[in-house]
Amino acid sequence: MQISMTINGTDVTREIEPRVLLVHFIRDDLRLTGTHWGCDTTNCGTCVVLMDGQPVKSCTVLAAMADGHTITTVEGLANGATLDPVQQGFMEEHGLQCGFCTPGMMLTARALLDHNPHPEPLEIREAISGQICRCTGYATIVRSIQWAAAHPAGANAETSPSESTEHEVRA
Amino acid sequence: MTILEDRPSNPAAGDHDRPIGHGRMQRKEDPRFVRGKGHYVDDIVLPGMLHGAILRAPVAHARLVSIDTTEALAHPKVLAVITGSDLQALGLAWAPTLSMDIQAVLVTDKVRFQGQEVAFVVAEDRYAARDALELIQVEYDVLSPVVDARKAMDPDAPIIRDDLEGRTDNHIFDWEAGNKAETDAVFASADVVVKQEIVYPRVHPAPMETCGAVADFDAVEGRLTLYETTQAPHAHRTLFAMVSGIPEHKIRVVSPDIGGGFGNKVGIYPGYILAVVGSIVTGKPVKWVEDRSENLMSTSFARDYIMQGEIAATRDGKILALRTNVLADHGAFNATAQPTKYPAGFFHIFTGSYDLAAAHCTVTGVYTNKAPGGVAYACSFRVTEAVYLVERMVDILARKLEMDPAELRLKNFIKKEQFPYPNKTGWEYDSGDYEPTMRLSMKMAGYDELRREQKEKRERGELMGIGISFFTETVGAGPRKDMDILGLGMADGAELRIHPTGKAVVRISVQSQGQGHETTFAQIVAEEIGIPPEDIDVVHGDTDQTPFGLGTYGSRSTPVSGAAVALVARKVREKARFIAAAMLETRPEDLEWEKGRWFVKGDPSVGKTIAEIAMGAHGTVALPEGIDGNLDAEVTYDPPNLTFPFGAYICVVDVDPGTGHVKVRRFIAVDDCGTRINPMIIEGQIHGGLTDGVGMALMEFIEFDAEGNCLGGSFMDYLIPTAMEVPDWETGFTVTPSPHHPIGAKGVGESATVGSPPAVVNAVVDALSPFGVVHMDMPCTPARVWEAMQGRTRPPV
Repeated sequence: MQISMTINGTDVTREIEPRVLLVHFIRDDLRLTGTHWGCDTTNCGTCVVLMDGQPVKSCTVLAAMADGHTITTVEGLANGATLDPVQQGFMEEHGLQCGFCTPGMMLTARALLDHNPHPEPLEIREAISGQICRCTGYATIVRSIQWAAAHPAGANAETSPSESTEHEVRA
Repeated sequence: MTILEDRPSNPAAGDHDRPIGHGRMQRKEDPRFVRGKGHYVDDIVLPGMLHGAILRAPVAHARLVSIDTTEALAHPKVLAVITGSDLQALGLAWAPTLSMDIQAVLVTDKVRFQGQEVAFVVAEDRYAARDALELIQVEYDVLSPVVDARKAMDPDAPIIRDDLEGRTDNHIFDWEAGNKAETDAVFASADVVVKQEIVYPRVHPAPMETCGAVADFDAVEGRLTLYETTQAPHAHRTLFAMVSGIPEHKIRVVSPDIGGGFGNKVGIYPGYILAVVGSIVTGKPVKWVEDRSENLMSTSFARDYIMQGEIAATRDGKILALRTNVLADHGAFNATAQPTKYPAGFFHIFTGSYDLAAAHCTVTGVYTNKAPGGVAYACSFRVTEAVYLVERMVDILARKLEMDPAELRLKNFIKKEQFPYPNKTGWEYDSGDYEPTMRLSMKMAGYDELRREQKEKRERGELMGIGISFFTETVGAGPRKDMDILGLGMADGAELRIHPTGKAVVRISVQSQGQGHETTFAQIVAEEIGIPPEDIDVVHGDTDQTPFGLGTYGSRSTPVSGAAVALVARKVREKARFIAAAMLETRPEDLEWEKGRWFVKGDPSVGKTIAEIAMGAHGTVALPEGIDGNLDAEVTYDPPNLTFPFGAYICVVDVDPGTGHVKVRRFIAVDDCGTRINPMIIEGQIHGGLTDGVGMALMEFIEFDAEGNCLGGSFMDYLIPTAMEVPDWETGFTVTPSPHHPIGAKGVGESATVGSPPAVVNAVVDALSPFGVVHMDMPCTPARVWEAMQGRTRPPV
């Protein structure tokens, strides 16, 4: 069957098998490999993309269901060379380690901040609670999203030094 | 959180009490990850690439009667279906494990665990490969399985490994450490002896990226390129050479970005080998990526230790001795990655942080009809099990003696002046200063205030628990004379090259799975040479581009490879001195080093920077005898001892008396990993490990039913903490450098995974103590907590 959608601002039309999952369509057909796949059961959230601005788990959406919709993947988060504040926040606050859950986490964060520009930590935790990170323990992801909320226009310059955020207590 | 006191925690540490090489800096790998430009195995697409899928056994123990692949082969998109008998013809049906056993690549005779590999389909796309699996007809003759390790040695237990000639039972090994007679004597005359069976159930590392490979065999050149999710690319290459007969110089293993490892990606899985066979058979590249159920059901688990713990003490709380017998469930094949001398890994660190008169442990390994492994999930050199045992036993003793668990620990710590400390099972702890670390954690927690709060809540019928754990880790294996994998000594290499313009590349043998090696190793070089970290490229994960070494597991990277990198940088620095002397027409001994340049003693204005020296090395200046024209060096580092990081953890939980639900309200973690490189990365590693620990303590568990069916085969059954189940971590640190490591660093990757489970369980048991609960096994799920409150504690299996 033929489907059309807007991905990261570009219109695409492709012939697909009706059973193809959106995650595989994005990864295999469009070669946008920033969207990951991590489980078979809609639990892990590494496949999260935005469909019409809402986070969805693309392993549980058929590509055919996205026909006529607008999809944003991690590759569409930055505006050219300018990173989204969420992306900057994840670098500033060490919101990632292996990077596998990161695209999905950032897209959920973007959707959250679009609806709620100043979320409380608990609201952030609730927003990302459908996604699993095995590396960070989540606290730095929460801080990353808080950083983005506090810097809606991003850092002043890409080369600005990282703020000396000290979270640890020394004897 | 602010710094409480701005002074060195350890005055003797001096210069070590500060981060290395620019300290907290953003990670060099992050720009690609936040743009979705990470490059993982499943992102690789080669021209003409095919897709493989594995048919897996639906039962735990069964004779293979027949396989019919006719229909699958008739599928228009299928190119090959490979069975055990095909592999047998090639001599590839069995492969060596990393623990001197063998493992079936595909079943030839008998299925030995549910999810075992039975056949491999190669097709044009991943959907077709999966479709074809359903077209393979297999007939099984189902046998009764061995599920409970306690019954594995029963006289009438089915023999699982009848493939091994002469096997008459399911026994793998017996191993012991310490002095039995001495220990028994101490126990016989002790005032107080406490016993407890403690089960550390089977858990799974479950990295977000599952395991996978892309194999590309070039039949003309006889050359294999294998892109693989591996934490140990060099060890894998050697093993592939041994298994496949392809000469080692014709094999290139590439480990690109790895989406989390935690030990899961140390082992060599049948899927990797099958991808290679598929590529050889079809003449095309073959990708195999397992799904989540395959990952949870068939790849390396961790733990599965049934421990009989005993602790002896005086009435006033002097701990005298520890002993334990352990039954270790290794599954159907012994596929751990333990050094040959130590089949139970480093379990004999179970003496913990305490000054004991005697200690003795025995470990018996057995086969069961479960997935093989045991290497995985920081740290399955069995330190996690050991720390859990001792920290639970100390808490149980504290209860018996009616002593505060913090006070009992403080009373029994090895003292600072006793280091290097030879423990009773053969380790030499390199350095430690435990009391300040413990005191800092108590201060951060407000320990006395917490105890007051708990007392008040108990009077109101509320269940609040405070759990303490103080751990000592042993990480950074070798030395190579004592530690190996399949005879390969645990050492690691580093090569450093300073380009003519003063930029550098350092090549290392370990492989990051998220630890940030590209940043921290550049920071180490920066510290030693004075080149900024952003001018230093770190190359890893490609056997064609990096020196040999055993890879990243057991928190080895900083203790071993970090040392190699520091030493190779010092070698370059020393070489630079000779070249600078030639350039300045002076003697090397007349030069003095300041970070980034050599200058003439007494005349700091005359000198050469590293960049100038690099250009000189490649230039036309006449070089001294024995100095060749580059600024490069290489090193293979053989650690003289392991390093012994430690830490004090305090967990505060609230238990809902109506539902048994445990909420981790606070978690305070004070770690001492010696000299710190990048505090941001250290903190991140600790946060992740704490989350692992909370997961294991409260929810993670691979369970089996009586037929050997795996009940934890998806993320709907195998629960992992989300952001809602963990608190905002409160971390602190002390610094006690390792005396034998070139920069005093100790490694930290697994500390929190090792140290946190006993803190959580101690807190839960503390909360339940009004019900007379002295111990409960993990995971402390609501149902099990509720049962414990009714006086029915039970082991998890």
